[in-house]
Amino acid sequence: MAILREADKDKMTVVEGSYAVAHAVKVCRPHVISAYPITPQTHIVEELSQFIADGEIPNCAYMNVESEFSALSALVGSAATGARCYSATTSQGLALMHEVLFNFSGLRLPMVMTIVNRALSAPINIWNDQQDSISQRDTGWIQLYAEDIQEASDMIAQAYKISEDKDVLLPAMVCMDGFILSHVYEPLVLLEEDLTNEYLKPYETNYKLDPKNPLSFGAFADPSSYTEFRYLQQQAMDKAINKVEEAADEFKELYGRYYGGVIDTYMTEDADIILCAMGSIIGTLRDVVDNLRSNGKKVGLLKVRAFRPFPAEAIKQAVSNTSVIVALDKNISIGLNEGALLTELKSILYNTNLNMPVIGFSIGHGGRDIPEKTIEDIVQKAENVIKSGISHESEFVDLREDLI
Amino acid sequence: MKELLSPGHTACPACCDTMIAKFTLRALGEDCIIISPTGCLEVTTSAFPTSSWNVPWIHSLFENAGAVASGIEAALKAMNKKEDTKVVVLAGDGGTLDIGIRSISGAFERGHDIIYICIDNEAYMNTGVQRSGATPFNATTTTSPSGKVSFGNPLPKKNMPAIMNAHGAPYVATATLAYPKDFMKKVKKAGSIEGPTYIHAHAPCTTGWGFDTSKTVEIGKLAVQTALWPLYEMENGTITSVKKVKNKKPVEEYLRMQKRFKHLFTKEGGEEEIAKIQKIADENIDIFGLQ
Amino acid sequence: MSITPGGICKPGTTISNKTGGWRNFRPIYDYDKCTKCKLCELLCPDMSVLEREDGYYDFDYDYCKGCGLCANECPVDAIEMILEEK
Repeated sequence: MAILREADKDKMTVVEGSYAVAHAVKVCRPHVISAYPITPQTHIVEELSQFIADGEIPNCAYMNVESEFSALSALVGSAATGARCYSATTSQGLALMHEVLFNFSGLRLPMVMTIVNRALSAPINIWNDQQDSISQRDTGWIQLYAEDIQEASDMIAQAYKISEDKDVLLPAMVCMDGFILSHVYEPLVLLEEDLTNEYLKPYETNYKLDPKNPLSFGAFADPSSYTEFRYLQQQAMDKAINKVEEAADEFKELYGRYYGGVIDTYMTEDADIILCAMGSIIGTLRDVVDNLRSNGKKVGLLKVRAFRPFPAEAIKQAVSNTSVIVALDKNISIGLNEGALLTELKSILYNTNLNMPVIGFSIGHGGRDIPEKTIEDIVQKAENVIKSGISHESEFVDLREDLI
Repeated sequence: MKELLSPGHTACPACCDTMIAKFTLRALGEDCIIISPTGCLEVTTSAFPTSSWNVPWIHSLFENAGAVASGIEAALKAMNKKEDTKVVVLAGDGGTLDIGIRSISGAFERGHDIIYICIDNEAYMNTGVQRSGATPFNATTTTSPSGKVSFGNPLPKKNMPAIMNAHGAPYVATATLAYPKDFMKKVKKAGSIEGPTYIHAHAPCTTGWGFDTSKTVEIGKLAVQTALWPLYEMENGTITSVKKVKNKKPVEEYLRMQKRFKHLFTKEGGEEEIAKIQKIADENIDIFGLQ
Repeated sequence: MSITPGGICKPGTTISNKTGGWRNFRPIYDYDKCTKCKLCELLCPDMSVLEREDGYYDFDYDYCKGCGLCANECPVDAIEMILEEK
């Protein structure tokens, strides 16, 4: 259960989401930041460059690179040199980095990158959906999804802790919905520098490019050994599940703020219908759940906070007593007509004795607003499933008939 | 003297790439970090779990050597660890002037203190001798072969030193493995200059160009002596030194020794094509003042 | 061998791969002609020319691939390539 509202009001300030994230990065003491502009990430890298210009991030290089591909490639070099690295991107930029994402993870280098979720071209669209990061779910990056800007900011410190853990050593994406979180002003507590100095130790590694101890990075592995590299990456992801939990627990102890570990649940214990989603939509869903509960409907909310590693066990536990699970996806796999959350929920429940129906709604594409009424209608559809079974397993929501 | 590149690598006998790598390390010593993109040099020296490199070395992807080098240099400086350590890219022609041009352009524009050495064997050798932007006019490659209606690559060689000079690099030089002492002198000089420096090194490839392994250096010398490969240095935009060509040889002597130009001597119309190549050499004489 | 994080390799470990088996021809020195100019040692792409205490050189036949570069470039023709016979 998230303990969001217990933050110390005296320590709160009202800032833009991007500023909060940039501040959090500053306080985590990166050594190298690489920046390439793309809406809606630009405010983060702009704020960071102002911090650098004002000398507020010591021992840190800020590189204005010539493309997102180079933004991440440069950090391959920096991370291999033993530096703590940060970048931010979205949509087209993340897509351009696709090759480097695999490379970064395969080289088992840690870093944190904020993904300010935005729809992918074509058609070109700068507003929020989660297709960009979801499309990279095979790359071996940890993916965490933030519910509000407090979480997006706090997640930076947690993500570094998880990523740099010696048992993990996988790079991490902190995902926050574009415009909805990046450009909005909310009251929050800026990540505290003194607490972060305690929470997050400097990054240290024996595996780095150092003339005093030469090592070779990026060997080629032929069929006789490649499989084992992939296996160990998967193992590292498995270990990351506990590390996500530990990082969140330790954060709660030190800072007093908590939003869940790999998942968070709200009123799921006795729920007939559990809504399952990631990102800022959680805020809307909490309100909808409260409304519906006050009208006697037993609805609950499952927030998937870590999408990679996918928290199969935690989810199975959370949904074990419910009658229908509803996945809300701000993404879709064209050709399968399902969003990733729907597909992966179904897959972890199959081959188990949990056989409640799972339905999915593809929602919020290209930044389309999600009013509470839409969710209430979805809940109505879920109720129908309980009564009469599944009629549509996966569908688009709020389709404008006048356009088609 | 410690050998900085170990034997046991799987490069072809008389491999031009390994020779350039060896000379580079001889010139720089232990205090360097090498970045290689995907290519012959990388593949033959880094088969897991072995590595030929006795200095720190990293391979990331094919097209990002310039960016990776930038990140290493920036990290070393940020962490106050750079000191005299040289950050050096050893990249092939494809990985530099085709797919890698974005990365190198950005690295030079930002002015990182790196040495970028392009090992120019004039084709994508590692994947089987395909045409690159550095493939010279009329050369046969597997994607620009000579045939009934073709004399091979119909396009001119991309002038990469001029491009890097246009980036405002403080030092740009051409070199060749055939004159190793000259090459090593240029590498040392590049290392002594602050900022991004570029050396474009000719690397005759026995397998890709089709000549006997023992002739690697001999052919490299002919390239210089026919004025097809001018040796010069540019500092801050102007040519400051040129290796003059005494007793210039006709381009036939160079072309005749390589299978990739054999069709110019057997196909009808080949003589006119050789004359075009001679013209390129003659123009080099004028442009660079080689005589 | 076991998997290292990201496939990191220790330096100089290709020496476990003895490429001498690639040869068709092997180089041999005529030390009477050799002027110790060091060109063969400099050029060898396989680091298979090793300096001796007396300033002359030996070939490292464990790695020499028999490319013949040294023989072709020796300014005094002090190196001959002879057919490798097993």
